[in-house]
Amino acid sequence: MAAETIPPGAGVKDPFIGDDTLRPAFFEWLCRMGDNALILGHRTSEWCGHGPVLEEDIALANTALDLIGHTQMWLGLAGEVEGKGRSADDLAYLRDAMKFRNVLLVELPKGDMAVTIMREFLFDACHHLLLSWLADNAKSPRVAEIAAKALKEVSYHLDRASDIVVRLGDGTAESHDRMQAALDLLWPYAGELFAGDEVDSALQDAGIAPDLTTLRDNWDERVRDILDEATLKIPDTGGYTHLGGKQGRHTEHLGFLLAEMQFLQRAYPGASW
Amino acid sequence: MKTALQPATEEVWTWLAEVPDPEIPVVSVTELGIVRDVRYDGDTLVVAVTPTYSGCPATAVIDLMIEDKLREMGVENLRLERRLAPPWTTDWVTDEARDKLRSFGIAPPIDGTATDGMSAKAARLSGETNLVVACPRCNSANTERISQFGSTPCKAAWRCKDCLEPFDYFKCI
Repeated sequence: MAAETIPPGAGVKDPFIGDDTLRPAFFEWLCRMGDNALILGHRTSEWCGHGPVLEEDIALANTALDLIGHTQMWLGLAGEVEGKGRSADDLAYLRDAMKFRNVLLVELPKGDMAVTIMREFLFDACHHLLLSWLADNAKSPRVAEIAAKALKEVSYHLDRASDIVVRLGDGTAESHDRMQAALDLLWPYAGELFAGDEVDSALQDAGIAPDLTTLRDNWDERVRDILDEATLKIPDTGGYTHLGGKQGRHTEHLGFLLAEMQFLQRAYPGASW
Repeated sequence: MKTALQPATEEVWTWLAEVPDPEIPVVSVTELGIVRDVRYDGDTLVVAVTPTYSGCPATAVIDLMIEDKLREMGVENLRLERRLAPPWTTDWVTDEARDKLRSFGIAPPIDGTATDGMSAKAARLSGETNLVVACPRCNSANTERISQFGSTPCKAAWRCKDCLEPFDYFKCI
C-alpha cells in the first residue's frame, strides 16, 4: 500500500476554514497572496539562464523558487478554503487572466536588471512587513504558519534587493540612470499593495490581515531610507496609483505571461508528471 | 487482523538516520533536523517531515527516500506528514552534521544568526562584520561573500581570500 501523504497544516485546527460567512473574502485574499508570489516568481524565473553574471542568475532563480514554494502554500490553502476540490496547481494553471488577483506591479514585463531589482525591492519591502505581521498576529493559525515559513526566505530576498538597489543607485552614471528610470516607471504601481477594498476590510475585521494604512507608513519609512542611501528620487506622481489587479482587471502583459506559463495544461489538459 | 510487527520508534529513528539528504548526501535527514516526529497512529507509522525551504525541489525526493527506507525495513502502514510549524531552522542541524559538512567542503551554518525580523537589514547595514565564516578548506577567517544565494536554496556562495578557493556556506535561516 502506498504511503498516505498528508499535506501541510492538515493537523492544525483553524476556525476560519469552513466559516461560510468569511469564505468568499478569505478565498479572494488567499488568491491575492498566492498570485502575487506566483506571478512575481514567474517573472523572476524568466532570468534563468539570462542573468548578467552567474551569481545574479543563480540568486534570481533561487528567489523565484522560493516564491513558487510560497505559491503552493497560499494557493493550496485557498483551494481548501474554497472547498470545491481545487488544488494549488488547478488554481495556477486553469484560471484565466480575469480570475487572477495579483497586483499590477508584479505582472509588468521583467525589463532590464534595474526594473527587475527595483520591483523586487518595492514588493519585498511590503511582503516582509506583511509576512512579519501575519506570522505574529494572524488569528488564522494556517495563515500564520505559512507566513512564518515564507518570512525567513523573504528576509534574504529583501536583504539582497536592498543591497543591490543601493549599489546600482549609488553606482555608475549609467546604473544610476537606469535605477532612477525603473523607480519612475514602477512607483505609480506600488500604491496598489496598500489600496484596501471590502476583501481587505473583511480579513482585517476577522483578525487575519493587518491594517493597510499602518503597513504603508512602515513601508514608506523603510523604502525611503534605502532610496535615499541609493541617491534615488521618488517621482512626483501627484498621488496617482494604477489599480485593478487585485480585482482581476489586469494589464495586457498578464495574458502573455499566462500563455507561456499555462501552455502545457492548455495543450495537454490534465497532463501530470 | 493485525500481524505486522511494530518496530519501536527509537529503532525507526536509527533507520531514518541512514537516509541521506539527496543534495548533500554526506548528512542524513535526521542530522539536518527535518524529521520532526515519529509516532504510531493505531498501527500506522506516522513520520512528520518539515521542508528546509518552501520551494526546495528535494522535498518530494526526501519523502520518497524515507518511504523506500522504511519499506525496506518492513514497514507496511505508513503515513508521511508535511509539517510547516515551527519552521525549519539551521539551529536544528546537529554538531556531527556540521563537522561532516565542513569536511565535505561546505562551511556549516553559524549558530545564533538565524534571520528574524530586522536582523537581515541589520546585517546589511553593519556590513556583516558580526559574521565570520571560516573557509572549510584552510580554516582561514579571511573570507568574503560572493552571493547570498548558491547552488541550492540552502547555500550562499563565499570565497576564501587566503587559499582563493570559492566555497558554499550553509546559510542560516
